[in-house]
Amino acid sequence: MSNTELEIVVDDPTAPEENSPAVVSTGVVDVVVSLLLLALAAVLGWDNWRTGASWDSTGPQPGYFPFYLSVILGAASLYGLGAAFVSRREAAETFVTRAQLRRVMAVFVPTFLFCLATQYLGLYVASFLLIAGFMRLVGKIALWKSLLTAFVFTAAMFVTFDVAFDVIMPKGPLEAALGR
Amino acid sequence: MEAFGLLLHGFAVLLTWKTLLLMMVGLVLGIFVGVLPGLGGPNGVAILLPLTFTMDPTSAIVMLSCIYWGALFGGAITSILFNIPGEAWSVATTFDGYPMAQQGRAAEALTAAFTSSFIGSLVAVLLITFLAPMISSFALKFGPPEFFAVYLLTFCSFVGLGREAKHKTVISMSLGLLLAGVGMDTVSGQLRMTFGSAELLRGINFLVAVIGLFGISEILLTMEERLALRGHAAGISLRVVLSVWKDLPKYWVTLLRSSVIGCWLGITPGGAIAASFMGYNLAKRFAKDQESFGKGRIEGVFAPETAAHASGTSALLPMLALGIPGSGTAAILLGGLMVWGLNPGPLLFVEHKDFVWGLIASMYLGNVVGLVLVLTTVPIFASILRVPFAAVAPMIVVSCAIGAYAIQNAMFDIWLMLGFGVVGYVFKKIGIPLAPSTLALVLGSRAEDAFRLSMIGSGGDMKVFWSNGLVGTITTLAIVLLFWPVIDRAFAGAARLVRPAKA
Repeated sequence: MSNTELEIVVDDPTAPEENSPAVVSTGVVDVVVSLLLLALAAVLGWDNWRTGASWDSTGPQPGYFPFYLSVILGAASLYGLGAAFVSRREAAETFVTRAQLRRVMAVFVPTFLFCLATQYLGLYVASFLLIAGFMRLVGKIALWKSLLTAFVFTAAMFVTFDVAFDVIMPKGPLEAALGR
Repeated sequence: MEAFGLLLHGFAVLLTWKTLLLMMVGLVLGIFVGVLPGLGGPNGVAILLPLTFTMDPTSAIVMLSCIYWGALFGGAITSILFNIPGEAWSVATTFDGYPMAQQGRAAEALTAAFTSSFIGSLVAVLLITFLAPMISSFALKFGPPEFFAVYLLTFCSFVGLGREAKHKTVISMSLGLLLAGVGMDTVSGQLRMTFGSAELLRGINFLVAVIGLFGISEILLTMEERLALRGHAAGISLRVVLSVWKDLPKYWVTLLRSSVIGCWLGITPGGAIAASFMGYNLAKRFAKDQESFGKGRIEGVFAPETAAHASGTSALLPMLALGIPGSGTAAILLGGLMVWGLNPGPLLFVEHKDFVWGLIASMYLGNVVGLVLVLTTVPIFASILRVPFAAVAPMIVVSCAIGAYAIQNAMFDIWLMLGFGVVGYVFKKIGIPLAPSTLALVLGSRAEDAFRLSMIGSGGDMKVFWSNGLVGTITTLAIVLLFWPVIDRAFAGAARLVRPAKA
C-alpha cells in the first residue's frame, strides 16, 4: 500500500513537562474525598432520619431507602479512609503535577467564567467569548481564525437551536437589543 | 416468526429519506466524537443528546444509536492509525492493529476492524431480535419484588464482578442512588434531601449529571496529557477490502468465539472491556503460533473488535427488554428514552411496537450504512486529528452547556454540570468508577419504587424476595454475585486443601 506512507504529525507546543513537581499525591486526595463523602453521608443520613426513616402503617417512610444508602455510603467511605491510610505505596503516587494542574486550570477557569457569563450575558455571547478567547489565549491561534471560528460556531448553534428547533437558551442584553 | 414480520415493519418505518439522512448525520457525528482524542461512546452520546430533544422519538433514537455506532467505529481508527485507543475496549485492538499500520498494512487492519465490528454487532442484533421479545414477554409477569430482585442483581454484579476496588464501586453506586432520590418522593410526595432549596426540588437530572461526569471531566482529563500525536494516514481501496473479505471464512472460529464472548459479557453489566481482552487472549491461546501475536497479525484485530462490538450492542438487550442498561452508554440511551416519555422495560414491546422495532431495524441498517461510510471516508476522519484541541475543547464545553440547560431550562443545571465535571475528574483520577453511578442514577428511583411497592404489598416482610421460585432465585443469585470474590477465594482455598501437593 503506497498511500500509507503519508504521515500525520500533530505537535503540542504547550504540552506539560514530564518532570514537573507534584502538587498533591493520590493518597492525600483519596483521604480528602473519603472525608468529604463521609460528611455528605452524615448530612444526607441526618436529613433522611428527620424526614422519617422507619415504618408506618403504609410501609417504609420516604427517608427509609435513602437513609440506609447513606449508611452504606458512609461505611464505604470509612473503609476507603482506612484503606488509604494502610496502603502507603499507592499513596505516594502523583495525583497531578504542577504543569498538569496549570493546563487543567486553563480549561476549568474559562469554563467557569463561561458559566458565569451565560448567567448574565446569555449563552450565545458567552460561547462566542469562550471560543474566541480560548483559541487565542490558550491555543495561541491567530486572532482572525479564533474570531471567525467562534462566530461561525455560535451562529450555527443559534440557527440550529433558536431558529430551527425552538430550543430556548439563556439570553442576555445583546439578544434583547436585537429583538430576539 | 412474529418477530420477523415486526422487524420488516420496522424497516418500512425507517426507509424514508429523512431517516436515512439522520442516520448518516448521526454516524458522521459519532465517528467524529470517536476519533477526537478524549471523547468516546458515552461522552459523545451525552453531549449530542440535546440535539435530538426536538425530534420525534423514533428519529431521535435512530440518530442516537447511530452516534453510538459511529463512535465505536471511530475508536478503531485512532487505535490502529495512531496507537491511541479511543475507549478502554479499543486497547486490545492496538496490540496488533498499530503494528500492522507500521508495516504499511493500515488499510488491511482498518478493513478488518470495521468488518469484524460489523459482524460482532450483527450477531448481537440478531440475538436481540429473537431474544428480546421473549425476555420481555416473560418479564411482563414480573411484579415489584421480581423487578427489585433484578435491579439488585444488576447492582450486585457490578460490585462483585467489577475490576475496581469494591468499596469504590459501592461508593459510586450508593452516591448515584442517593442523588437519584433528591427532590420529591414519588410515592408519598414528600420532599427529601432538598435542604430548603427550590432548585433541588426538581431533583438532580440524570442527563445533567452524565454530561458533567463524562463530557466536562473528559475535557479536563484530556488537557492533562500531551496532545502531540504521530501516526499513519490511510486510504482504503476496494481491492484491499475485497482481499480481506475473501480471507474472512478462514477466521470463522475466531469471529464466532469472540461474538459469543461479547454477547455473553455484554448482557451482564460492565462487560465490553473484559470482552475485548478475553476475545484477544483466547484467540492467542488457541493459535498455533502464539509468537506472531502483537506483531501485526490480522486475527489480533478481528478477535477484540468483534467481541467489543458484540458486547457493546448486546448491552442494549437488557435495556430494551427489562429497562436495565448493560453499559454506561446504554444507561445514557435509556435516559434519552425517558426524556421522550418512553418507559423502557417489558411494556415497551407492547405499547410502542413501532418504536422498538424501528430501533432494532436501525441497528441493522446503521451498521451496514456505517460500514460503507467508514470504509470510504477514513482519510477525512483521520485528518480531523489535525484540528487543534484548543478549538475543539471550547466547542465541546458549549455543547455540554446547551445540553444541560435544554433539559429543564434551568441555569442551575449548568452550574450542576460544572460541579459534576469536577467530581468526575477527581473520581476518574482516584479510580472510582463512573459507570455504577450512572446506572444507579438512572435506575435509582425505579429500584426504590419497586422495593417500596413490594414492601407495601407484603406488609413489610422481607421474605417476599424469596416468596416464589423465580424471585428467590434472582435474589439469591444477586447475593452470591455480591460476595463472589469471597466465595471464589473460599473455593480456591478449599481446592488447595483437598490437593495440597499440587500447589
